[in-house]
Amino acid sequence: MNEQVTYVYAVVRAAGGAADAADAADAAAHLAGVGGGEVRTVPGTRGTALVLAVSSVPEDDFREDALRRHFEDLDWLESVARAHHGVIEALAARADVLPLRLATVYLDDDRARAVLDASWDSFAERMEHLAGHAEWGVKIYVERRPAPAGPAPAGDLSPGRAYLRTRRTERSVRESVYRAAEEAAARVEAAGRRHAAERARHRVQQGQLADAPGENVVNDAYLVHRDRAAAFHDEASRAAEGLPGVRVEVTGPWAPYSFVTPPTGAASPAEEHAT
Amino acid sequence: MTDPMANRLSSYPSRAAPPYQQGSSANLADILERVLDKGIVIAGDIQINLLDIELLTIKLRLLVASVDKAKEMGIDWWEHDPALSSRSRKDTLAEENRRLRAEIDALRHEEQPVEAESGSRAARAREALPGTDRAPRSRRREAQERDE
Repeated sequence: MNEQVTYVYAVVRAAGGAADAADAADAAAHLAGVGGGEVRTVPGTRGTALVLAVSSVPEDDFREDALRRHFEDLDWLESVARAHHGVIEALAARADVLPLRLATVYLDDDRARAVLDASWDSFAERMEHLAGHAEWGVKIYVERRPAPAGPAPAGDLSPGRAYLRTRRTERSVRESVYRAAEEAAARVEAAGRRHAAERARHRVQQGQLADAPGENVVNDAYLVHRDRAAAFHDEASRAAEGLPGVRVEVTGPWAPYSFVTPPTGAASPAEEHAT
Repeated sequence: MTDPMANRLSSYPSRAAPPYQQGSSANLADILERVLDKGIVIAGDIQINLLDIELLTIKLRLLVASVDKAKEMGIDWWEHDPALSSRSRKDTLAEENRRLRAEIDALRHEEQPVEAESGSRAARAREALPGTDRAPRSRRREAQERDE
């Protein structure tokens, strides 16, 4: 009953376009994957330029019915997500990677290899496109704060009028803070136009996991070449300067999770010319 | 183990290049939105239609989202920027669901036999599974109702 199945993390290409992915294999050698299994590489039959980073996981945990249960369990989901991410992050430090979505599982290595072979060209193409780039996350928050202590509630106002005045003050404070957030967003966007190759939008974080103070109003990811990363990071981080009540949080570098799928719709003119 | 980012970032000024800072301390929401929502989707042997359906529910509960809310607040500049809007709007949940439903419907009408594994066909088959999945559930529900 305790069969092992093959969990695939990412497609990996040796950094610098080296002829094979031996480096990637080295990088994978000491990593612990989901459930503690050791990460190894699975080459395709078409060469060793691209390899899959995989590890064995117990089938019992990854059968469909088990997954259905597990995915409702935040602790399980967190441990798998962090392990998945940890492997990809470590690989991305040494090689170009195309991360796969969480919990992509095959019955054995040969089945995984067949997928690598089948999608070889599109993987190689996307890999080329992303080479040298990393993803940077930029989140903008507005402070959730009560109206500043203005004039103390005047004793000569009726409770009703005092309430309305407070509400009015609150509203105007919130409006101005959103205008400020918009300004910060425009600055981040400008930094993106100067330095980034692509942008992806994430949903703003609001749920129980969004524990950062303030209200998240923008949650974007930018694909930035390493030569531009310093400048982008610097400009994006300063986007909220002089804007009270607004905070910008820059995270990264991330493996290019948000950019492994080409943008939908027409290819950009730049891409067409490049090929 | 060497610092994994040291090589890659050697050319960056240190203040602007935090080492891969996510590690164990990375915000779980940041990780989940990437590993669940992004990344290459290819059909695995173990068909995780969950990723299309159940996980959307989880995302709803945990992370959700509202582009609408941002719009309400006037943070909607991307919509008016043709260079940015085409690729940016695709990922709203509603759109994703609508697309999935349409594909499921199309597949139901085709009623092609689902073959074990063949590239994009398998991927389409995966999206059809939630449909086949629903029937036994509703039968179960009927059974429960009869019992009550």
